[in-house]
Formats: sequence, structure tokens, C-alpha cells
Amino acid sequence: MKMLINVAETVVADALRGMAAAHPELIVDVENRVIVRRDAPVAGKVGLVSGGGSGHEPLHGGFVGPGMLSAACPGEVFTSPVPDQMVRAAAAVDSGAGVLFIVKNYTGDVLNFDMAAELAEDEGIQIAKVLVNDDVAVTDSLYTAGRRGTGATLFVEKIAGAAAEEGRPLERVEALARQVNENARSFGVALSACTTPAKGSPTFDLPPGELELGVGIHGEPGRERRAMMTSREIADFSVNAILEDMHPRNPVLVLVNGMGATPLLELYGFNAEVQRVLTERGVPVARTLVGNYVTSLDMAGASVTLCQVDEELLRLWDAPVRTAGLRWGV
Amino acid sequence: MLDADFFRRWMTATTASVDREAERLTALDSPIGDADHGSNLRRGFTAVAATLEKEAPDTPGAVLMLAGRQLISTVGGASGPLYGTLLRRTGKALGDAAEVGEQELAQALRTGVDAVMQLGGAAPGDKTMIDALVPAVDALGESFAAARAAAEEGALATTPLQARKGRASYLGERSIGHQDPGATSSALLIAALAEAAGE
Repeated sequence: MKMLINVAETVVADALRGMAAAHPELIVDVENRVIVRRDAPVAGKVGLVSGGGSGHEPLHGGFVGPGMLSAACPGEVFTSPVPDQMVRAAAAVDSGAGVLFIVKNYTGDVLNFDMAAELAEDEGIQIAKVLVNDDVAVTDSLYTAGRRGTGATLFVEKIAGAAAEEGRPLERVEALARQVNENARSFGVALSACTTPAKGSPTFDLPPGELELGVGIHGEPGRERRAMMTSREIADFSVNAILEDMHPRNPVLVLVNGMGATPLLELYGFNAEVQRVLTERGVPVARTLVGNYVTSLDMAGASVTLCQVDEELLRLWDAPVRTAGLRWGV
Repeated sequence: MLDADFFRRWMTATTASVDREAERLTALDSPIGDADHGSNLRRGFTAVAATLEKEAPDTPGAVLMLAGRQLISTVGGASGPLYGTLLRRTGKALGDAAEVGEQELAQALRTGVDAVMQLGGAAPGDKTMIDALVPAVDALGESFAAARAAAEEGALATTPLQARKGRASYLGERSIGHQDPGATSSALLIAALAEAAGE
């Protein structure tokens, strides 16, 4: 497998050095693996810290900046960051108004953020946490670790980020973040497996004529494998899987997200089919975002995330944002 | 009696073994996880070995607490907090005695394993590291060699199980037929303990 890297061990550090060079508006601490908006801490503003394994770019470092995250902690590829990174990030962005940790529901992320919250509170930083668990492909039961956190993370980070920017208190920012998560659902499809630099070969075996339905964002296989389907059929399957689980009465935000190796030509075509299904099912669409936002290295495929919004959430979604990966209204 | 030197030997032997087996651990993690268990643990234990060399704590408890803290700070994922907690809580239970008996170690390790079960919410049979650690602790009262055999048997016995915790649980029935990487690395940790004891 050919990759544009030096050696697997330095992939994350090399990417961070490149990010620092491209984005002088960010403080990129390569050694400690923390990305902070340069003007942090902003007086009176709640800090927003997110993080997770690397390999999902632009998530999360690409979402640091005015209107979204205050700081991000990238872990090793597909491995959650360690508590030291999160504590350092919290200390860098806390203005005294407290810090919200945005955590995707994966065992490693949850455990490390829990430990970090304890350590940060010991240092006198007020911490709140929101858990993102939007993936309908995984059933929540006593016997699983619960639903995975995927595409809704972007909605949570953007809307909570806008609320924090307006100077809302920690409880309110946390409540809004929770509201976004509760109103968001995702479903993902893989057309190919991804290759991690550490392993150097595809993380799972997906024959050329097949696709994986309900895939996660770490190259972990989904729940079901079928013969390759058309964009139309995949859109029907994905959107219906989401609508079996949520029954939106309000308009929805739509994220048609590429997994990393699917061109925009295909993503836009897929979005046309997603919009068709939503129209057929009578679901009004407020805003649509198409692109590679929550990726999985070089995996081909896409995920759909819907988030039901009221007027306030929509206004916060539309609020200005200036980050490397998401930018409007400025 | 077991002194700080014994515990340093245990950690050094674990580091060597994880380094040797990293690729196998990652290969086991590939079909049911995300193919990084070996590289993550290797990074962690390499840091543990370096720290122990530099700081040289002089009680068994301090050796394990320092090693655990180092794992939490360097591994990430679920393995960092879980292995870190295992060693930290075992070390804490040993207190600040300069030497500990084998029965004391067995008891302390049981405290550590309980802490891991509580943190990860896993029970025996969930296809996790617990499936190697619990039988190992049960057998530790007998001998180090018996603990090693029990851990290895426990790891092998995870193959037919369906995962109910961690990332492999998302696979449902498709996790069946794969040996759990966490139970496998736990068996390496216990084997290194026997090695440190010369068994």
C-alpha cells in the first residue's frame, strides 16, 4: 500500500507540523498534541474541547476557531487521546467560565475524557461533558457499549460553539449540545476498507463487489454486508434506517459526509438521492452540507446525518464560523 | 518475598514481550477492532521501561503506580486507562512496603482487576482482558506458572465468545471466532510475571 508518509510512528506529528504551517491563526502544540485557537482563553467565554483519534480529518483540529471549538486533542490514528492532552487543552482555553468536553461514544474516548475531567476539576476548572451517540446502525442494549458517535459530532461542535461564542453560560451550552445530539441520527456505508499507517494493509476485507452497511468511522466493519448497490438504493437504505429511529416534525440539517476516498462528484450525486428520499418521506430540509468532514482515512463511502432543528438551533447553525474545515458568514 | 527489583523485572519482561508480539496483537485487533492494539501497547510499555530506568522507584507499590500512570499518559484508547488502572490500583493496594509476599501480590492484583471491571463495566465472558486476568488471579495463589497457564487458557477461550464490551461489540455475532486482543495482551503481562519469578 502506497501512502504519502515517512514512517507510521510520525504520521500524526508530521500532519500537525503541516497544519501549523498552513494555519497561523492556530496554536499547534506538536509535542503535546493540542490545537488551540490563538486568542484563547476568550474572556467570559465557555471553552469547548473535543478530541479523538486522528484519521478523521478535518475532525477535530479542523474545527478549532471562532464560532466552533476552542481546542482539540488529536490522538494517535484511530486511538483516543490521553487525559494529559485534554487537561492541557482545558487549562489553555478556560477563562473561568468552564469547559465543555465533547466526547464521541467510544470506550477509549469516554474513559480518557472521564479521567481528564477529574484531573481538570482537581486543578479548579469547571468541566461539563456531552456524549455524542448518533449512529443508528448500532443498537443500544445492555450488551453493547451503546451507539457510536459519528457525524452528529460536527453539528454538536458547531451549534455549541456558536452558543459559547454568544457568551452563554456552561449549563446552557451543555444543554444545547445535548439537545443537538438527541435530535441527530447517522448511518454510514463503506465501499472499501481503510488502511491505517500502523498496519499498512486494509483493516478489514471487503471484496470489490460488496459494500458494508452501517459502518463506523474507524474502519470497523458494519453490521451487514451486501452486493454493491446503486447510489439511489444506498440513499433509500440509509435514510430509511435513520427515519425508522427518528420522526422529525421540524426541518432537518443534512450532512452528506464522505469517508475520505469518495470524490465530491459521487457525494453530490448521493446527496441528490438523499434529498429525493427526504422529499418522498415528507421531511423538510433546512440546510445541507456535503463534503468530507468526519472521515476514515482512505475509506470509500459516505454517511448521512440528520439533525432536527428548531429556530434557535438553526440560528446557531447559521452563525459565523472561521475554522480550517468549516467557514462561513465571516 | 518480592522487592522493587522483582517488579521492575516484571515490567521490563512485559515491555520485551509486548515489543516482540506487537504485530500479532495488531493482527488480532484487525478483524474485530481497529488494528492498533500492538502499536499502542508497545508505545506505552516502551515509555514505562524508560521512566522506570530514569526514576527507579524503590518499593513494589511505587513501581506499579508509576508504570500505570505512564500507561495512562501514553497509550490512549481504552487500553491506556484500563491497563493503567490495573497497575495503579494493584500498586496502590501494595502500599509502601519494601517487600511483599506472593499472597499479598495475588490479593493486590485482585483489587486491580476489580477496578478494571468497574471502570470498563465488563464481566467475565464479555470477551475482554478480564477473561485472561480473572483466571490468572484465581490461579496466582497456587504459583506464577499456574497463573500464566490460566491466563493463556482464558485468552484462547475468548475465541468462540461474542463481544459485549468495547469496539468489537459493535460487530455483534461477527465477533465470534476471533481471539480477543485485550485478553491476549493480558496473558502476555501475566506470562512476564512468571518470567520475572523465574518460572
